Amino acid sequence: MIALETHDLTVTYHKRPVLYGVDVEVEEGSLVGIIGPNGAGKSSLIKSIMGVIPTSGGWTKVFGKPIQENLHRVGYVPQRESVDWDFPVTVMDVALMGTYGKLGLFRRAGKKEKFIASEALDKVGMLPYAKRQIGNLSGGQQQRVFLARAIAQDSDLYFMDEPFTGVDAATEATIITLLKEMREKGKTVLVVHHDLQTARDYFDHLLLLNMRLVAYGKTEDTYTTELLQKTYGGRLTILDEVAGQAANLPEASHYQ
Amino acid sequence: MLSWNPWGWMMMMCFFVALPCALLGVYLILRRMSLVGDAISHSALPGIVVAFAFVGDLSSPWLLVGAAVAGVLVTVLIEQIHRRTRIKQDSAIGIAFTSLFALGLVLIRFLVGDKVHLDQDCVLEGDVSHVAYAKIVSMFGADVPDALIPAGIVAIATVILITVFYRTLTLSSFDSGLAASFGYKPGVVHYALMAVLSVVVVAAFEAVGAILVIALLILPGATAYLCTHRLKLMLVLSAVHALISSIAGIYISVYFNGKESAGVVIAGTLLFLLAWLVGPVDGVMVKAVQRRKNTLDKSELE
Repeated sequence: MIALETHDLTVTYHKRPVLYGVDVEVEEGSLVGIIGPNGAGKSSLIKSIMGVIPTSGGWTKVFGKPIQENLHRVGYVPQRESVDWDFPVTVMDVALMGTYGKLGLFRRAGKKEKFIASEALDKVGMLPYAKRQIGNLSGGQQQRVFLARAIAQDSDLYFMDEPFTGVDAATEATIITLLKEMREKGKTVLVVHHDLQTARDYFDHLLLLNMRLVAYGKTEDTYTTELLQKTYGGRLTILDEVAGQAANLPEASHYQ
Repeated sequence: MLSWNPWGWMMMMCFFVALPCALLGVYLILRRMSLVGDAISHSALPGIVVAFAFVGDLSSPWLLVGAAVAGVLVTVLIEQIHRRTRIKQDSAIGIAFTSLFALGLVLIRFLVGDKVHLDQDCVLEGDVSHVAYAKIVSMFGADVPDALIPAGIVAIATVILITVFYRTLTLSSFDSGLAASFGYKPGVVHYALMAVLSVVVVAAFEAVGAILVIALLILPGATAYLCTHRLKLMLVLSAVHALISSIAGIYISVYFNGKESAGVVIAGTLLFLLAWLVGPVDGVMVKAVQRRKNTLDKSELE
């Protein structure tokens, strides 16, 4: 089954195009890395799919229905820096927010929701910190709380915006174990990722993006010199390692 | 009994005005838009003038409606400048409310002329003492001054709205991205909050004036913020702040024979300073004790 389908997805920001006509179909159960240089529109892609930012064209379907009708099956993990960590809420409060989507506007979180949130926190090793104010956490711990919230959402399709940014090695390991667990349960996860080096090991599919869709497919088919050069231009030294040769390519300035 | 005491009614009036301001102020602080309240209170003028030009009666409730519309308009203006250009929110606020205020000044002469004297003092410092001389009406078996009723309704309605929409408001203030992904529509939440804020500010405007209303919006939340890390407790503490400063404020104004609104704001400021000094979370004393403890722990290690 197709978990996510976008057609001609286009996003402009202050009249400048950020994404052009992205067509992609993601099979259910895929663990997808969204890869591309800075300003390639990686975050914009998932934000526009989620309806967080407006699109100027195209459509998105989730499990065969327009995404607005299937929002309850979709989970979203924004960038850690996108929220104010001085906000007066506890770790438990944040995990509970994951259950809000299914609760609707007015039903209060009860025992069941608290149980779900506690289990989710336990899974990422944050249950002992449940009563802490979120400002008193390290970057890695904050990211774990965000992941616990995503687990509490219990969605079938997840979008995660740079969950690996600025976290310690232990958290990175926790995240990757969690992602693989989600895949085993048949969940589909799309992750914005900036580290090419680890992308090959972490994801079974890659979505190469540079304002347009460069390629989408299995990691072994897409993690190639040719496609990565097409995505990044000649700017990254990692390309040398991939190709085993010096990259001497023109700048990708025509994409900007 | 309270009903015979004019000071009691004035305290109650101050509280009814301060309470909704305090609760909304908590969200303004958390959303980093404290100065939007300032903008709304100043842009009420053209709304009042235009409404007056239509109804020709200074005591008409339509003036409140006009002011509230102007308040929403200024927030729309701020949002549009801020979104559609590269101008940041603080500058957008500066542009939006001053231009509406100026428009109000021009419209006064143009639409109203010299027929009506719009009291400058009232705009600056407001007036609560009129509750003490207002007509007494019977309500729920109690005799209350009629001037107290609109403020009471606004206060109760605000408490109800914040209780009902607590989760929506909190989630879209903390993480608008996630809120949007739940289909909460943060844009709608924003403008709804601004609309309620406009009504509340305009209701308070009459009692405390355009400038001091900002203190009612920000002081309670800021004081509570220094005392707790829990949002629910922060809301409760800001309401307590509103209550104490209303009561103490009237005493201060009586003692110094000064303006009631100023007394309330001074009481509120004293509470803020108190929280700053001995607040259990961010207080200077608590921090000093923590520092001392940390250095002691270190010396034990050595």
